[in-house]
Amino acid sequence: MVGAKENKKSNFKDIINAIGLPTLIIGAFWIIILIIGGTIGISMNTLMSDTIKRAGMNGILVLAMVPSIQSGTGPNFALPVGIVCGLFAMVWAIEFDFVGFGWLGVSIILAIIFAVIAGYLYGKLLNAVKGSEMTIATYTGFSISAFMCLAWLMIPFKNRKMGWFMGKGLRETIQLDALGGDKILSNLWTFNIGGDKGLIIPTGMLLVFFLCCVIVWLYFRSKSGIAISAGGINPRFAQASGININRNRVKANVLSTVLGAIGIIVYSQGYGYVQLYNAPLLMAFPAVAAVLIGGATASRAKVSHVIIGVLIFQGLLTSALPVANQLFEGTDLSEILRMIIQNGIILYALTQVKGGGK
Amino acid sequence: MSNLLSLKNVSKEYSGNKVLKDINIELNKGEILALIGENGAGKSTLMNILFGMPVIHSTGGFDGKIELEGQEVSIKSPHAAMELGIGMVHQEFMLIPGFTITENIKLNREITKPNIVSRVLGKRLESLDVKSMNEDARKALDILDMNIDEFLPVAGLPVGHMQFIEIAREIDKTGIKILVFDEPTAVLAETEAKNLLDAIRKLSKQGIGIIFISHRLDEIIDVADKVTILRDGEHVVTKDIKDTSAVEIAQLMVGRKITIERSGNCDKDACDETILSINNLHVAMPGERVKGIDLDVKKGEIIGIGGLAGQGKLGIANGLMGIYPSRGEVVFNGKSLALNDPRGAIQSGLAFVSEDRKGVGLLLDESIEGNIAFSAMQIRNDFLIELGPIRLKDSAKIRSHGKKMISDLDIRCTSSLQKAGSLSGGNQQKVCVARALTLNPTLLLVSEPTRGIDIGAKKLVLDLLKKLNEEYGMTIVMTSSELAELRSICDRIVIICEGKVEGVLAPDAEDAQFGLMMSGSQHLIEGSES
Repeated sequence: MVGAKENKKSNFKDIINAIGLPTLIIGAFWIIILIIGGTIGISMNTLMSDTIKRAGMNGILVLAMVPSIQSGTGPNFALPVGIVCGLFAMVWAIEFDFVGFGWLGVSIILAIIFAVIAGYLYGKLLNAVKGSEMTIATYTGFSISAFMCLAWLMIPFKNRKMGWFMGKGLRETIQLDALGGDKILSNLWTFNIGGDKGLIIPTGMLLVFFLCCVIVWLYFRSKSGIAISAGGINPRFAQASGININRNRVKANVLSTVLGAIGIIVYSQGYGYVQLYNAPLLMAFPAVAAVLIGGATASRAKVSHVIIGVLIFQGLLTSALPVANQLFEGTDLSEILRMIIQNGIILYALTQVKGGGK
Repeated sequence: MSNLLSLKNVSKEYSGNKVLKDINIELNKGEILALIGENGAGKSTLMNILFGMPVIHSTGGFDGKIELEGQEVSIKSPHAAMELGIGMVHQEFMLIPGFTITENIKLNREITKPNIVSRVLGKRLESLDVKSMNEDARKALDILDMNIDEFLPVAGLPVGHMQFIEIAREIDKTGIKILVFDEPTAVLAETEAKNLLDAIRKLSKQGIGIIFISHRLDEIIDVADKVTILRDGEHVVTKDIKDTSAVEIAQLMVGRKITIERSGNCDKDACDETILSINNLHVAMPGERVKGIDLDVKKGEIIGIGGLAGQGKLGIANGLMGIYPSRGEVVFNGKSLALNDPRGAIQSGLAFVSEDRKGVGLLLDESIEGNIAFSAMQIRNDFLIELGPIRLKDSAKIRSHGKKMISDLDIRCTSSLQKAGSLSGGNQQKVCVARALTLNPTLLLVSEPTRGIDIGAKKLVLDLLKKLNEEYGMTIVMTSSELAELRSICDRIVIICEGKVEGVLAPDAEDAQFGLMMSGSQHLIEGSES
């Protein structure tokens, strides 16, 4: 009997180890919030629909963490680099008066071109500052956002859909419904489960997210991807096997930046607006938090961590707010609560970062 | 002469592994005792015990007694050792470069005088009495005949001077009785070393007992009164220097270890074809610097590279493989080998099993089969499915190759998917060898193949190397700190000393010859013969 009990205990421990403590705690917290929400009469369908929508919007941004973590440069805190590439591409596509799927396609193609160039330069920068990648990356993200604030103002865009009603420069938020870009992917092949008030599945957006996941998953099973992972886990091993680690780090960060750029396009169409100026500034943190909550460490990340992490993180964020608003009725705490909850989760996730290497 | 220190029946084991067995050492006042032994003979463990280092007490203490001036003492911490008057001069200098000589000598033992603030806030805020500190420092430096100003900063002083400041710090401690020198001349130039030996003699005349750890036989003969030889944790003998000779010390140090007996014939058909020719190779590997080596490796032989730790034997293979910066000329298989290019080295047919198994040799979190296939996949494009420009790994091929290697090399594991990090040392080593073999190399470089693995596994690994050589005609360059192991399978053994080739010996050469070459004291017998 005692043996069986011990066995059970170790099984329990194994399960915790396999899933990861942060994932379990945040997951459990989410479920508790959902139960409270259910008892005070918030529609579960709405909560779950929102969760899926937000997970789909943020998914590719979180996926961008995988290549950089695997290559040993840590979570890509410089995600704003990729994001501004995506924004820049979308703005140009609007400037050229593309609409609908034409706009989407041109945006993505331009975004990839910009992101490859920016990612290459950013990778070179990271190779010059080995050992303090995370800090440098954070400030690279901040700097590029600030720099682009100037660009949004100074570049003489002509298209009326993006300008202020008077004066020069681009608007803070550009509505996409004017050019048929609002929820263009989210509404593609969308369907409801359980009638009109049921669960809404944004099929098109989810398919794009899963397609990106499959590409990244396959890439890390290719010769090049395996070399990148090896260089990330054990640089000396990789070097002794004749692998050019610096080149691989650049490759991985190009991929990460491209994913960031595509990610913001998918995000913007789901949101219905292109947000410029300071919007990209803090977008890296929720993405980093999501992948860490999904079970990744600062030196190891898998596609499964992305999917689990983005669901739990966005699920908690979207569920906690209506529930909190309901509980503290009459007060206007929602924005403050959002900040507390989101940053609290990020802080918790970052304390769970396990250093790279040994 | 009165008895100062005696160690009685000192034994120590680390998790069941006896590293010291019944050591008895006596040290008198004003006597210089030399301690000599190969790497792993137990010198450092013995000194750790004497200094009460935490590593000893956290692993269950030791057996036996330590007596200081006839009184049994228990040394529980380095601080206790210091209070009892035991000091040590370290091999690496523990000095603060920005501080003056006085400040370094007096560090944490400053002489202070009270001031207004300290009267209120306590002793920690008293001001320094620089004048008396300088006087003390001067006194200590004078004992060592150092006419250097005590107020100079340490940064920028020559290495020799730094060593003396370390000594000055020790003798400035009140009541210093025993001073341990750990390889003090290793970093010094010849004249500096000579000055140091003079200083040691001078200190001993003042009644300080000195333990002198070195592998330089000529220095030991020169300075010591008696010599204690350790081998494999055993106290071989303690002799008066006047009753012995360098040759005898060398012989006793190496000894004949009956671990792995050489089987089969020694005189294999020697091949005349040179497969690897190394000319004036320099490798900047920290701690294992190679300073100009010339070596020819014949096709189909097992050549051993031996020598003491830190002499540069490990640097050779690492340099050839491009892991550490190197220069020189290397011709391999009739073609010139580009140095500092790991990929080129592997492509030309070299394969390397690193001495740092866990650091360089394996991806610990990766499966066994993944480890085995890794290099071949990256360098030779094996184990890949090509879909246009995309090359994905061929899991089926990796699996079947992994299984073949596991059965060929007899790797004990639950499956080929087991993580390499969870294997035992010997099996990890076999995975490393399997990875190298998967590259189909013409020449295999193996460094410290048996480090950290148990004796049964050692034999398996060595047998494996021998089999590769005999059955497949693979040329093997094996680097090892364990002479016995080199002698058991190599066709000839190159001894490296101070980054250079000291000599080449047959595996059945005499112990004394090995000992002398390893300590770089060959000239001692050549000198006496002529």
